Amino acid sequence: MGFFSKLKEGLTKTRQGFVAKIENLVSGKKIDDELYEELEELLIQADVGVNTAIELVEDLRKAVKERKIEDSGELKNVLKELVADIMGSEEFKLKTVNKPTVIVVVGVNGAGKTTTIGKLANNFKQDGKNVLLAAGDTFRAAAIDQLEIWGNRVGCDVIKHQEGADPAAVVYDSLQAAKARESDILIIDTAGRLHTKVNLMEELKKIFRVISREMPDAPDEVLLVLDATTGQNAISQSKLFAQAAGVTGIVLTKLDGTAKGGVVIGIKSELNIPVKFIGVGEQIDDLKEFSPQDFVEALFEE
Amino acid sequence: MIFEGLAEKLQNTFQKLKGKGKLNEADVDQAMRDVRVALLEADVNFKVVKDFIKKVKERAVGQEVLQSLTPGQHVIKIVNDELTELLGGTQSKINISSKPPTVIMLVGLQGAGKTTTAGKLANLLRKQGRRPLLVAGDVYRPAAIKQLQVLGDQLSIPVYTLGDKTNPVDIAKGAMEHARSYNNDIVIIDTAGRLHINEELMEELQNVKNAVHPHEILFVMDATTGQDAVNIAQSFHERLGIDGVIITKLDGDTRGGGALSVKAVTGKPIKFAGMGEKLDALEPFHPDRIASRILGMGDVLSLIEKAQSTLDSDKAMELQRKIRTQEYSLQDFLDQMEQIKKMGSLDQILGMIPGLGKMKQLKDLKGAVDEKEMVHMKAIIQSMTPKERNDPKIIKDSRKKRIAKGSGTKVSEVNRLLKQFEETRKMMKQFSGMEKNLKKGGGFKLPFFK
Ligand SMILES: Nc1nc2c(ncn2[C@@H]2O[C@H](COP(=O)(O)OP(=O)(O)OP(=O)(O)O)[C@@H](O)[C@H]2O)c(=O)[nH]1
Ligand SMILES: [Mg+2]
Repeated sequence: MGFFSKLKEGLTKTRQGFVAKIENLVSGKKIDDELYEELEELLIQADVGVNTAIELVEDLRKAVKERKIEDSGELKNVLKELVADIMGSEEFKLKTVNKPTVIVVVGVNGAGKTTTIGKLANNFKQDGKNVLLAAGDTFRAAAIDQLEIWGNRVGCDVIKHQEGADPAAVVYDSLQAAKARESDILIIDTAGRLHTKVNLMEELKKIFRVISREMPDAPDEVLLVLDATTGQNAISQSKLFAQAAGVTGIVLTKLDGTAKGGVVIGIKSELNIPVKFIGVGEQIDDLKEFSPQDFVEALFEE
Repeated sequence: MIFEGLAEKLQNTFQKLKGKGKLNEADVDQAMRDVRVALLEADVNFKVVKDFIKKVKERAVGQEVLQSLTPGQHVIKIVNDELTELLGGTQSKINISSKPPTVIMLVGLQGAGKTTTAGKLANLLRKQGRRPLLVAGDVYRPAAIKQLQVLGDQLSIPVYTLGDKTNPVDIAKGAMEHARSYNNDIVIIDTAGRLHINEELMEELQNVKNAVHPHEILFVMDATTGQDAVNIAQSFHERLGIDGVIITKLDGDTRGGGALSVKAVTGKPIKFAGMGEKLDALEPFHPDRIASRILGMGDVLSLIEKAQSTLDSDKAMELQRKIRTQEYSLQDFLDQMEQIKKMGSLDQILGMIPGLGKMKQLKDLKGAVDEKEMVHMKAIIQSMTPKERNDPKIIKDSRKKRIAKGSGTKVSEVNRLLKQFEETRKMMKQFSGMEKNLKKGGGFKLPFFK
């Protein structure tokens, strides 16, 4: 299966609900306020966020006027263009020039960090890379065991301390181990934390201080894991994690559910943080690369 | 500054409207636009918002504005009342069966917080004199059983497991037998997170239900859930007939509109709210507080209650007097820090007031209540003479050195403490000024200033 069709598979649900409605909406109707309002609601329903939705519909109105569009069936294409403009056309790849490449995974509780790390490690392993994991969540009960199980599934080692240990110390050890073993990739798990907890965000900063002291060029990537069912709070999460951890990309998980994941449009337009992967299930191969262009295509595809 | 969000917006909208009188349709329309945006921003489902706006509009148009309120406040009051009503009354009760054991089953999506909630609920019920048994029914997620066992160990509450090779139905049945022979009067079944559209796994839950007939099936939902919350909750409800909802992670800065939507579509009460990662952070759900939180007015009521239950009221009065008269001293600062600590983590407290966390002075105060730093601060203040505590201005270089030495800290730490104290004092003054204004306007109160 090619990349494009895989992504499409992941986005089928997003598309089905969304597109079906747009289809109903725009075929053979008059272009009037009510139609615009319905389009706005569609976007809101997809968790795009009311402000972004209002802006998009404003732009749509302008475009319709400028281009003298009369056929309501064309509105969909214009809206698609507008969303595509926000999402950009760039494809983001993980930066893997340094050896070891250090990837830190952060996010709120239960977003899917540990599972994503398992999947990501597997992807790298498939590419013939030598992967090491660090059990940086020393707080949540059995978080270390959970990562170890993923390590076993993938076939890579996990650097760990006891539950309750200082996460920065685990990270320090994992950096040393990655260097000594000449690992290609080191992926660091961190405890889930709400972005508003100052002390926990400080703890995260400490981890980053240790990393840059030991390896000035690291980390190569800081991935924020976002649950696609999250509403507008995802914006606040992204903002505060970006501030504390210098997030380089987002992994949008649980897109196999019915949530539309439209919040990434708001995040891209407000914060300019790109989505790099999507999670489409609980299995080891359920992590797909994200391409903004394909996302928009698939979202509006007939 | 504190009451950001809708309250403020509406005040502005109505600024043009001089005097009192009746609310006409145009005024209300304008206000409803703001209300709509606020609700949608808070993740209230768009359909729920639509119905709600219609209802509020009907009620508001033509109404006489109350003498005591401005038109803006009056609309807020109507919105707030309606929201509170929509959220239902307080019902944080668990149906306890007359024939024990009472069976409680927790269900929900992946990552919602079921396992932690199971531990918290067991803890809460034990405090009420029950003998709960936790049941490890999540056989899918790696280390989920171990997670529940660790929580059980921490709480000294027994955990029933048959490993991850037995199906959840047999585990639940086995747990019932176990509970009967060990005299557990509550059985709390943790289940694996699952998507509401996963036929097979939803059927599995139905099978567990049919096998043990839970008295309470509680739907556990992340407070940050967006527009899809209604679909998810509705699916679980249709399949299982839920009895109530537990909202988790409400200690963050989410407005929690998803909670309201779920109540609106399922009609089931929200019984508890998860307010932190610690095992005692499960609280009764207060509809009125969520309402004002959704409206961006802060969870001031929760704060007042917390303050009332922990602050010595004589002390609070005395403190308020001191703040007014500028007598607020380092000794008071120390006392106050300890009182705040008793109320829970400051993060948790500040989290209840949207917008408050942004205040610069509060950030410094937050730093001040960092556990480790508190020990240092205490030592520093205790190394001061009573005179110095009452009049910190006299603390110059040589005194600073002495204090640092005496407390085993650095002069820079002493300086920081003095700075924080100064800022706190300033902030306290601002707060007390604000409090006076609020009393005139809306009747909201802040803690410490009863
Ligand atoms: N359906 C689905 N479930 C997922 C996906 N990603 C993760 N999950 C599930 O979500 C739940 C939470 O995932 P974890 O990986 O434990 O999340 P976490 O962020 O590490 O959680 P904490 O460490 O507790 O903060 C688990 O049950 C995962 O199986 C996904 O893309 N789709
Ligand atoms: Mg984890």
